[in-house]
Amino acid sequence: MRYTLLLHYPEMTADDLGPEALAEGQEAFSSYAATLHSAGVLLGAEVLQPSSSTTTLRADGGTVQVQDGPFADTKDQLGGTFVIDVPDLDTAIEWAKQAPSMDYGAGGVEVRPGAVHTVDGVWTANG
Amino acid sequence: MNAEADDADDARAAGTPDPAAAAASVELAARVSYGRLVALLAASTGDLALAEDALAGAFEQALKTWPDAGVPDNPEGWLLTVARNRQRDAWKSAERRLTAPLDDDAGAARSNAGSAGSDVAPRARPDAVASAGAASVDPLADLDPFAIGDKRLELLFVCAHPAIDAAVRTPLMLQVVLGFESAQIATAFAVPPAAMAQRLVRAKRRIRDARIPFAVPDRRAMPERLPAVLEAVYGCHAITWRAPADAPDSMAGEAQYLAVTLAALLEHETEAWGLASLVTLSLARRGSRVDHEAGAGAPAAASRPFIPLDEQDPTTWDAALIAEGGEYLRRASAPGRPPGRFQLEAAIEAVHCDRRRMGVTDWAALRTLYLALNGVAPSLGARVALAAVIGRIDGPDAGLAALPPEADASTFQPWWAARADLLARAGRAPEASDAFARAAELTDDEAVRAHLLARRDEATGRAD
Repeated sequence: MRYTLLLHYPEMTADDLGPEALAEGQEAFSSYAATLHSAGVLLGAEVLQPSSSTTTLRADGGTVQVQDGPFADTKDQLGGTFVIDVPDLDTAIEWAKQAPSMDYGAGGVEVRPGAVHTVDGVWTANG
Repeated sequence: MNAEADDADDARAAGTPDPAAAAASVELAARVSYGRLVALLAASTGDLALAEDALAGAFEQALKTWPDAGVPDNPEGWLLTVARNRQRDAWKSAERRLTAPLDDDAGAARSNAGSAGSDVAPRARPDAVASAGAASVDPLADLDPFAIGDKRLELLFVCAHPAIDAAVRTPLMLQVVLGFESAQIATAFAVPPAAMAQRLVRAKRRIRDARIPFAVPDRRAMPERLPAVLEAVYGCHAITWRAPADAPDSMAGEAQYLAVTLAALLEHETEAWGLASLVTLSLARRGSRVDHEAGAGAPAAASRPFIPLDEQDPTTWDAALIAEGGEYLRRASAPGRPPGRFQLEAAIEAVHCDRRRMGVTDWAALRTLYLALNGVAPSLGARVALAAVIGRIDGPDAGLAALPPEADASTFQPWWAARADLLARAGRAPEASDAFARAAELTDDEAVRAHLLARRDEATGRAD
């Protein structure tokens, strides 16, 4: 069963963090990915650039509006995703608890079961 | 658990084709087995709604075939196998919808292969067996659900999973473990039936789609997960104990059955035994809450007057249940470990029940227990109860002083009832009258309201 872990947390720039905290954060993400990988559950992961570099398209009555900024302008932003394949929700929750962003003091992880995913461009059911 | 095994033995012995006995066997199997069979059916798939549908179909089939064919030697095994085949048929048709259309022959061949290939299903389908005479040819005689194991504990942890909305956990247990109809549960929770049905459907869909596992948490996770299960079972007790007049009386007994089953399945969890004891002891006093004599012949409990605990006649309490609850309380105590919330609440119930034996209430013991309860699990209710006990020991003024401030409790009915009683005992009739009126206004129990209004009138009479 595939679950996507959606990591939401307050955005901090490299300057906000300082070099030490930045290095610590990068190390935490490296070791989290390595742990998931060695457990054989990691299908893919991506840490996103801050929402200051994002662009949002909105359908507006037939026209398309292109805007700078995220889809939802909230304090916590989607910062990264991990797709894992585990037997059940409890296992997914256990992995989610270990996500580095759970130590940031704010934000959280959403554990979302997958519905379908593509294999060689063909939709395949989760499960 | 023993009583349950005896019931099942009785059911096994009833192998005669007597329609009334057959119907009774179906009913007995339904009561005893519902949660166990749902748990077994849903454990592998996580699909509670499908399991319940399949089981309902099996019960329907039993009602049709058992009166003629006789009750099978192993009614639970029969029901389980018929339900499993129905479940399998449902998957087949779902699979068929999702894949290329099959011709009928291919579908039939696959269906047969599925039945024959199963580890427990007989070669022939149970409905065919039943029409041939289940009593004479019973391929299921060796299929003992007791041996298959019990997945109800897993099911309880599913119902009270942290990913399930806390408000729907108790209704879910009432439905999937105890087999209550959604409409009955809606009545107990004072919710429109359609709204309750929708909440239950959503919760079951969530369990299936997010794949909440049918698993008992390991020792590491148990302390984190067990309180929600105990809380939800306690919710079953609270809702059934004070069930409205039109709810079946047996609902209260069902919550007790659930609490005892949980404790027995967990074996060594002291708080689970504490809960079993609490529920059993309060059930022992349930019949005395209302005056049966005064309402003789009246069908609705609401027409029977409410009797407060200290005016109840202890000889009307159920001595067997008091003994049973006391035994569970002994199992709940663990040397060297401080008592938990449910153990303390059970001990408080036990002190009240002891009036049957001692003739008086041990208020000092109650004060000690309520002090401990307020330390372990502080709550407004426990503080109010402690104040009422202090009022009995040190006088009503001390009790009033011990009540939490009104700002914390302005809509909390027990606070107003306790305050009113303390004021009346202190001789402050006009204030007591107002407080009784407020307490009456805040209760949703008709019998309690009538009692409080009578006490208000009494206080008003003194004030005049």
